[in-house]
Amino acid sequence: MTISLKLNGQTHDVDVEPGTPLLWVIRDELKMTGTKFGCGVASCGACTVHLDGEPVRSCQTYIEDVGEAEITTIEAMEDSKIGAAVQQAWVELDVVQCGYCQSGQIMSAVGLLSENAKPTVEEIDSYMHGNACRCATYQRIRAGIQRAAEILEA
Amino acid sequence: MTVNTSRRGFLKGAAAATAVLMVGARPDGAIAAASGESAMLNPFVKIGSDGSVTAIVKHFEKGQGPATGLTTLIAEEIGLRMDQIGYEFAPSNPALYNNLLFGQFQGTGGSTAMANSFQQYRTAGAAAREMLLNAAAQAWSVDASELTLDEGVIAGAGQSAPLGDLVAAAAELEAPAEPRLKDPSEFRLIGNTEVRRVDSAIKGNGTAQYAMDVHLPNQMVTMIKRPEQRGALVTGFDDSAAQGIKGYIMSQTLPNNAGVAVYAENTWAAMQSRDALEVEWDVSAAETRDSEQIKAEIMAALDAEPEYNVNKTDAAATLAALDGAAQVVEQSFYFPLLAHAPMEPLTCTIQATEDGGILLHDGCQFPTGPHLALSQIFELPMEKIQINTMFAGGSFGRRATPDADYQVEAALAFIVTDRTRPVKLVWSREDDLRSGYYRPAFGHKVRVGLDADGNIVGWDHRIAGQSIMKGTAFEDFSVHDGVDHSSVEGTSDSPYQIPGGFFGLTDTKKATSTLWWRSVGHTHTAYVMEVMMDMAARAAGQDPVEFRLRYLTGGADQDRMAGVLKLAAEKAGWGNAPAGRAQGIAVHKSFGSYVAEVAEISGNAEDGVKIERITCAVDCGLAVNPDVVKAQMEGGIGYGIGHVMRDQITLTSGAVDQFNFPDYEPLRIGDIAAIDVHIVPSAEAPTGVGEPGTPPAAPALANAIAAASDLRVGNLPMAENGVAFV
Repeated sequence: MTISLKLNGQTHDVDVEPGTPLLWVIRDELKMTGTKFGCGVASCGACTVHLDGEPVRSCQTYIEDVGEAEITTIEAMEDSKIGAAVQQAWVELDVVQCGYCQSGQIMSAVGLLSENAKPTVEEIDSYMHGNACRCATYQRIRAGIQRAAEILEA
Repeated sequence: MTVNTSRRGFLKGAAAATAVLMVGARPDGAIAAASGESAMLNPFVKIGSDGSVTAIVKHFEKGQGPATGLTTLIAEEIGLRMDQIGYEFAPSNPALYNNLLFGQFQGTGGSTAMANSFQQYRTAGAAAREMLLNAAAQAWSVDASELTLDEGVIAGAGQSAPLGDLVAAAAELEAPAEPRLKDPSEFRLIGNTEVRRVDSAIKGNGTAQYAMDVHLPNQMVTMIKRPEQRGALVTGFDDSAAQGIKGYIMSQTLPNNAGVAVYAENTWAAMQSRDALEVEWDVSAAETRDSEQIKAEIMAALDAEPEYNVNKTDAAATLAALDGAAQVVEQSFYFPLLAHAPMEPLTCTIQATEDGGILLHDGCQFPTGPHLALSQIFELPMEKIQINTMFAGGSFGRRATPDADYQVEAALAFIVTDRTRPVKLVWSREDDLRSGYYRPAFGHKVRVGLDADGNIVGWDHRIAGQSIMKGTAFEDFSVHDGVDHSSVEGTSDSPYQIPGGFFGLTDTKKATSTLWWRSVGHTHTAYVMEVMMDMAARAAGQDPVEFRLRYLTGGADQDRMAGVLKLAAEKAGWGNAPAGRAQGIAVHKSFGSYVAEVAEISGNAEDGVKIERITCAVDCGLAVNPDVVKAQMEGGIGYGIGHVMRDQITLTSGAVDQFNFPDYEPLRIGDIAAIDVHIVPSAEAPTGVGEPGTPPAAPALANAIAAASDLRVGNLPMAENGVAFV
């Protein structure tokens, strides 16, 4: 079936079967590879994108359920004030190692800062719990979110 | 075309091909300027006439930092700012890009990337610098000693020019045999805490390209239907249910009958089609044991006479010392199978090239392995096989298989097609956990005898488990007199001067495909050594730091180990834990580096342990990039602790019980509240940092739990053996 998607400010028509996860539409149909496949069961967060500004796991979001929602991926983060601040903090602190989970980490971090401008460590740990990083960059993710909050406050 | 599907045949072939390469293929000087490519001043430095400088990085980047580190070495010696240099990953060419510690083999592992590249890349950068300066000296008719090259500009004798202006002339010059390397006092980039990673920005905006991101025109995605029980073979399949799935193309039994390759137009269709496939298996040769049975076999082996006397000493003397000891401290340990579970599931893509060759796109850790394997499978000369090395989403050892397992799988899946369409092999997380290679299970049993004054008089240490190296192309490298060093490393070769030590090893029956896992044998040996040291210290009524220091005297090796132990203790406030907190310490040498860690926890085993802080001290020689060193310690600590907390791979009738992350729960952000890393200043040659942070982490935690709870955790994971975490 043909589905019209609103993604990063553009409309895309894709021909996919119902039940296809949004992750694979983004990656394999639109060839946008910043959103990552890590587990397929919403346990690692590597595939996190925003639907109307809310972080969701795209591997468990079926395409027919997206409807009119505006999809935002890592590729559009530099155009968002909070996204750009998080990316700046990530570079300042060299948060990444292998980097494969970091698109998802950043999408979740932007989600957190969008609803809580100055999260505590406990709030960060709670909000980011579902984003796994096998390189264990968690220290710097935590510091990166705090640094991004500072950048946004300035 | 025939396909060699015998693993042993392949390994013999791989070893033979390696030997052939060792004879005559290596240029006399790796630093020789390549005249064929005028922009290549040597294999490690490419300079364009526009002044763009590119470091050719021979080690793959899985997050551990060689793209930054090796590029830094080139920039330092040429005289560039970091924003004046780019990098690209080297092609597969073991004659040019071999790991100097691996012989004629290009590969990354054993925390050797910086250790083997430090002199080589500095020399390459220095050679390029001298050639550029000599070219300028000729052009300007001055003496090269009057000229400097700084921030990309050659200047002196009243002249100046950007280095790009002199590349063409420099490329005509002979490379200096022994270029002058900078004195450490001249370093601006090496050791500079302000030098940032070169791959941060692209990994934060989604543009970094991993092998999973390959989308070649007309490619097929293939996933392999594998048996539940390792070793089962395909006897037939029925794909009628898959036929109705949009995007399904076909299925083919792999030539080695290890599985059925399912081909589809995209990943989701491949996943669904594979689920729909019915396969019949011959399980007569398959693994059928439960992990409890494997554990029982390992633990029983510890009570029998050891197969190998590791340190070639008289066991009777040790037993006599223990008989005469005032007290004997003893503990047995069991370490379960562990998966590596890198964040990016395994994947690679194979395509035919227009010249009749093969191109592999891969986050390739051991290029020479798949290069040889593909050459053999496709019956093509080495020069017809190319490898495009991409970023790797972690590895922890998994991408470095002696038998090039997943690249061979992709090649077999490609060879049974008509080869007109590229084939992208994709593993799911379930494939990764259920069909992978594992850290082998190991058991240890140790008895330490103390005299009336609390001195160690005997140390009887038995180890049993499955050898990683035997039967692989790396056997000669690691196995001596029957002892696989990777089974015992970190025990009898520890810097500790332990009197009366006997170390015995027994190889146990193959249970699964096994593989090095971040820090290899040290994953279990450090835990055992450091828990035993802690138990002995407490039995002796002595402080665990002071007790260890008594066995760390007599040489530089001991001094460096003592150095990190004291530094970690000092920085952690050892012995002065706040109320409600308990501390544990561990120190270990691995891959040439010394690391001590103090774990500080609140709570206890029964009510729940919270890891409040890990304080780490590392001596890795000269820290080329101190922040990358810190990051590797942070990551190594997290990797070590996450797994001992709650992870294991178990088998029921030979089938893996775990499916995906919920059953193999990764370390999460809240599990460790803080990590502090301190680097010992050093002028020694750089040693490894990718792995050495891992070994002391788990025993430091175990010792803290023992201090808080009077519970010694011998069997792992902790959560299954009496420790609750909050």
